[in-house]
Amino acid sequence: MTGPPLTGPPGTAAPDGAPMIEVRDLDVRFGGNHAVRGATFRVARGETFGLVGESGSGKSTVLRAIAGLVTEWTGRVAVDGRDLGRRRDRAFFRAVQMVFQDPYGSLHPRQTVDRILSEPLAVHGVAEADARILRALEEVALPRAARFRYPHQLSGGQRQRVAIARALIAGPRVLLLDEPTSALDVSVQAEVLNLLSDLRAARELTLVLVSHNLAVVAHLCARIAVMQGGRIVEELGEAALREGRAVHPHTRDLIRLSRAIEAG
Amino acid sequence: MIPPPLAGEPLVAVRNLRVGFPSATGVTRAVRGVSLHVGREKLGIVGESGSGKSVTGRALMRLLPGTAMVEADVLRFGTTDILGASEREMRALRGGRIGLILQDPKYSLNPVMTAGAQIEEALRAHKRIGRREARDAALALLESVRIRDPRRVRDAYPHELSGGMGQRVMIAMMLAPDPELLIADEPTSALDASVQAEILSLIEEQVDRRGMALMLISHDLPLVSRFCDRVAVMYAGQVLEELPAAELHRATHAYTRGLLECLPSLEHRRDRLPTLRRDPAWLAPRP
Repeated sequence: MTGPPLTGPPGTAAPDGAPMIEVRDLDVRFGGNHAVRGATFRVARGETFGLVGESGSGKSTVLRAIAGLVTEWTGRVAVDGRDLGRRRDRAFFRAVQMVFQDPYGSLHPRQTVDRILSEPLAVHGVAEADARILRALEEVALPRAARFRYPHQLSGGQRQRVAIARALIAGPRVLLLDEPTSALDVSVQAEVLNLLSDLRAARELTLVLVSHNLAVVAHLCARIAVMQGGRIVEELGEAALREGRAVHPHTRDLIRLSRAIEAG
Repeated sequence: MIPPPLAGEPLVAVRNLRVGFPSATGVTRAVRGVSLHVGREKLGIVGESGSGKSVTGRALMRLLPGTAMVEADVLRFGTTDILGASEREMRALRGGRIGLILQDPKYSLNPVMTAGAQIEEALRAHKRIGRREARDAALALLESVRIRDPRRVRDAYPHELSGGMGQRVMIAMMLAPDPELLIADEPTSALDASVQAEILSLIEEQVDRRGMALMLISHDLPLVSRFCDRVAVMYAGQVLEELPAAELHRATHAYTRGLLECLPSLEHRRDRLPTLRRDPAWLAPRP
């Protein structure tokens, strides 16, 4: 499958080898609350990058700053070689999409799945909406019958599939995932995680996954940044995380906890 | 005063509990013949959303909405027949002899009362004690749930407390009348992993020290097996399997095995996660 248009008009795209996402010295303040303090990382094209930490560590805020949902930030955020300002254009939203934790809160309760999936297509002027919607449903393994249902008529797992289909329908290059399986049962979590790895491979997506669950992050991501108190305290590869080769005491604590829970 | 249960009798006895919710299209059968007994022990009830685990817990406290159709051959707490008890008797049980801890303290604590006032209210509702005495007892309870700065927390409103702190306050309030049974329904699902472990070990410590029984309702199999003596696995309103928590990894039922296997693991890398294939036979009524 060929990718959709790059962000911005032809000729402005970065040369190959430039990272898909670059965040440098990102600072976010909400009034007196200094939520993110100098976060710096790069995500290569097609890479899956994880951000882990406890609640309040700033991991979701980093994601929301990339997505343009948080506007009070300073530092540098670039996607596909283009520096981003506080306001984002339509091309940005075509290239970068987000999936939230609670599919019930992020889907319009009075819109059918069909309407929910039509909206991004209308916004971006994508033709053949009908065929696209059918293909999107198939891609996330939803039955055709789900097309004219409302979110409350679907299970939690089906709702999250709709949210993923909506994010993917206009063909983004980057998918930002904020705790996409935390509200789901473990059996449904397994299905959604498998779906995300399949889609990533098929569409050569760049993924950024935020989660508090180390096992989930290690399953999906090749590289992981650990956050504490608004700072990235350590960045390490998936194998190093699994083998416990962490340097920072907070990372070591998180690994110890995760292992203890797994051991039962 | 309600007499204590007879020696050798379990504290909670449930036989063939059935709960249905009437809807426009028929009756939704949330619980379909659950039998359980709980002694002075820690029983875990695990299952996915919609398995009927919370409804089972609520039925024991008769906290289900009025439209719910609740039937059972036996539904007994101590010597009290729950289905036949008067509202007055139920009030002595709820929050008195049975404590209930819910998932999110943000919603279960009263937002316009200080933590201390809520604990004092629980004490004065179930014990004959004076205002001053209740005030001192509330402080002692906050200390017993390992709150470092109990005076500050006593005077704080729920929005001024973190999730973990709020759940400690909730626990203190539920412990206040010295209950015999604590029902904890997903008590740590809204909390960070590190706080989760602290809260569960706090519950465990208090249950052991006070000789209470615990019913821990959760979707999290590994967590439950770590903190309970026995685990009942629920699916579609029935208990599919009951086993000692320490032997969870030796579970025989395909559903229990499936739930354990579909968890991503930090220790072992797998390219794909096994998914649960739901066997229609699991829905068949059990003997």
